[in-house]
Amino acid sequence: MKDLLTLEHLSAQDIEELLDLSENLGEIVDRPIKKLPTLRGKAVVNLFFEPSTRTRNSFELAAKYLSADVINVQPSGSSVEKGETLWDTADNLVQMGIDAAIIRHKVSGVPQQLAQMVSIPIINAGDGMHEHPTQGLLDMLTLRQAKGRIDGLRVAIVGDILHSRVARSDIWALRALGADVVLIGPPSLMPDSFRQLSHVTVTTDLKEGLQGVDAIQVLRLQKERQTGGDIPSLWEYRARWGVTAHSLQWAKPDAIIMHPGPQNRGVEIDSDILDSSRSWVGRQVRNGLAVRMAVLFRLLGGAHNE
Amino acid sequence: MSNTGTSWRIQGARVIDPFRGIDAVLDVTVRDGVFVEDHDPSLPVVDAKGLWLVPRLTDMHVHFRDPGLEYKEDLASGSRAAAAGGFTVVCTMPNTKPVVDIPSLVEWQKERAETLGLVRIWPIGAVTKGEEGKELAEMYQMAQAGAIGFSDDGHPVADSRIMRAALSYSATLNRPIIQHSEDPDLFAGGSMHEGAISQQLGLGGIPAEAESIMVWRDVELVQLTRGILHVAHVSAPGSLEAVRYAKNKGLAVTAEAAPHHLFLSDDAVREWQYSAVTKVNPPLRPAAMQEALIQAVTSGLIDVLASDHAPHHADEKAEPYDKAPFGISGLETFLGTVMTVFLGRGLLSPLDLFAKLTAMPHQVLRQSYAGISPGAAADLTLIDPGAVWTVDPAAFYSKGHNTPLAGATLTGRAVATMVGGRWTMREQEVLG
Repeated sequence: MKDLLTLEHLSAQDIEELLDLSENLGEIVDRPIKKLPTLRGKAVVNLFFEPSTRTRNSFELAAKYLSADVINVQPSGSSVEKGETLWDTADNLVQMGIDAAIIRHKVSGVPQQLAQMVSIPIINAGDGMHEHPTQGLLDMLTLRQAKGRIDGLRVAIVGDILHSRVARSDIWALRALGADVVLIGPPSLMPDSFRQLSHVTVTTDLKEGLQGVDAIQVLRLQKERQTGGDIPSLWEYRARWGVTAHSLQWAKPDAIIMHPGPQNRGVEIDSDILDSSRSWVGRQVRNGLAVRMAVLFRLLGGAHNE
Repeated sequence: MSNTGTSWRIQGARVIDPFRGIDAVLDVTVRDGVFVEDHDPSLPVVDAKGLWLVPRLTDMHVHFRDPGLEYKEDLASGSRAAAAGGFTVVCTMPNTKPVVDIPSLVEWQKERAETLGLVRIWPIGAVTKGEEGKELAEMYQMAQAGAIGFSDDGHPVADSRIMRAALSYSATLNRPIIQHSEDPDLFAGGSMHEGAISQQLGLGGIPAEAESIMVWRDVELVQLTRGILHVAHVSAPGSLEAVRYAKNKGLAVTAEAAPHHLFLSDDAVREWQYSAVTKVNPPLRPAAMQEALIQAVTSGLIDVLASDHAPHHADEKAEPYDKAPFGISGLETFLGTVMTVFLGRGLLSPLDLFAKLTAMPHQVLRQSYAGISPGAAADLTLIDPGAVWTVDPAAFYSKGHNTPLAGATLTGRAVATMVGGRWTMREQEVLG
C-alpha cells in the first residue's frame, strides 16, 4: 500500500489489519511520555485546502507522537493564493524532502490525482463528497470496540448522505466487514443509486430505518442545505430526522450513537443523547488519533516494513 | 507527386455521394477547382484504389477560440485540425472573446479562413449580445455578413422570452437557432452525469433532465413561433423524445449527436481516475443512454453528426475535476470514431453514415449540397476505411490535446482532403 486514498478499494483484511495496528498504537495516548521513535527523521506535511481543525490537529498529533516532523500548509497566505497550482505546491514539498502528504481538498479526486504524480505516500484527509478514509477507519474501530465485532451488525447512517464523504467511507468499510447499512435522510439529499448496492437499505423514514439497528452514525447537517433549497428549515429537519430520546427508542436498546463532528446540538442530535452513556463520540475522537498513527506507521515504513 | 494545382483525375475510388445516392467505384475529374463530367487524360492522376471518396465533409459544430482565446486554438490551428480530420467545411461557434455578435467579426472570420485556404469556415453568430442571454444580437446583419446560424453555445438561451424572440427571427432569416440545451439551475454545481458513478466518485451530478427539460421547452416555443431549431449535441433520452414529438408534428426541429457521446459512457470518468479529459458538456452518459443515442442516429431521428471540437490548454485540463473547463478536442478523431461505431457494428451503410456529415448538415443550415455534380466546388475527402490506428493526441494539429480517446483504437481515417480542387491534407500531413 503506497497511499490511503479510499476505503472502497481496501479489502476486509486490509481494514482489519489497520484496526489491529490502531489498537496497539492507541495505547500511547495513555502513557506519561507520548512519544514513539518510529518515524524519527521523517517529515510529514498537512496540506489542507479546506478549513479543518479536528482532523488536522489529529493528524498533526498522530505524526508527532510517532516522532515525525510536521508542517502545516493552508491556502491563505501561501503560494496557492498567488496562483500556484496545487501540483506545483506538492512538487515543491517533495523536492524539500517531505516523506508523506496528508491532503484535504474540496474537490473530489484531488488526492488520487496527486498520488499519480508524486512517489511519496498520499493520505486522503477528505476529498469533496468522495471519501474520508481515516474517519471511516475510526468509525470501524469504535464500532468494533463497542460491539466486539462488525460482521452481522446493522448500522444506520442518518442525514445528508448525498454530500457526505464520511457516509461513503463508512458504507464501503461496513459492507467490506460484513455489516448491513441503513441510509436514512431527506429524499433531496439521498443518492438514489445507492439503493442498488448490496447490503444497503435506503429509507426516508427515521422510524422504519432505525428498527433493530446496533449503531447510529448521525451526520452533521450543514446550514447551507437550507439556504441552497435542499431542505425547508433546520427545525423541520430536526422534526423528521433529528436523533432524540424519542427516536432512539426505535433502535435496539443497546444501540450506540456516533457522530463525525462537529455537532449541531439541537439540530441533527440532541444534547441529552450526545452526552449520554450511549454516545461513543468522545471515543471516536480518540480513535481518530489511533487510526492516523496506524496509517502513518503503515505507509511511512515503520520498523515492520523496513 | 506534386500536391499543387486544382485539376486532377482521381481514379478507382469508391465514390459515396449522398446527394445523388451514389455508392460506386468511379473516376472523378476536377478541373480548375470544380467537378467536371469529361475524362481529360492530360490531367495529373491520383490513384485512389481501395479508398472512399466523400464530397464535402462538414462539421457544423466546432470551437476555434479565435479571437481572444488563441492559447487554446486559433483559426490557423483549428483549420489545420479540420484538414487533418478530413473536413472541408466547419461551422465555428461564437463563444470567443469578444463574442462573435456583430457582423464585422463574422466577416473577419470568413476572410481569415479564405486567406488560410485550408477549410471553409461558416461562422455561427451569437443569439444574444455577449452570449449574456439578455438582448438579441444583430441577427439580420450577421446573416447578411455570412453567419450560417445562431447560437449561444457554451450556454443555453435560458430566458424563454428571449428564446421566443430568437426563434421568431430565425424563421424570417431562414437560419436555425442552434441551442445548447441545459437548464441552468439543474445543471448548477455539476461536472459529470448524475448517476451511480457520480454518486460513487462524489462528483457533482448533472441529471439528463437538465438537458431534456430545455429541449421540451424549446419545442413548445417552436410551435409558438414557427421558428427553426437545431438541438446541438443531444445526449439525453428525454431530448430524443422531444425531438421525435417535434418531428411528428412537422416542426422545423433537427438534432445532432457528438462522437464522444456515441463512443464513450460515463464509465470513462472512473477509468480516467478524475482526469478532466473526460469532462464535457453535456456529460458522458451511462451505457444505456449511449446505446439509445446510437439507435437514434441509426433510425434517423438524429439528423447530423458534429464534433463539438472544444480544445483547451493542458494547464486548464490539469485542474481538479470540478474546476477544469468542459470540452474535448474532437476534430481529428471524429471520422474514425463514427466510422468505428456505425460501420464497425454494421449499423449504417457508408452512404447513410456520410449523409449525416454532408447533405444533412447542409439541409439543417439551409444550404445547397451538390455532391460531385458537375460545376460544384471540388471539396472532397479520401478515406481509408480499413486503416486501424491508435489515437495519439501529441500528433494532433489542434492545439488542444484534451481527449479521453487517447489510446483508443479506431478503424477508418481520412488520408487526403481537398478544398476547391486544392489538396489541404495528404497522408496525415496538412499542406499549409
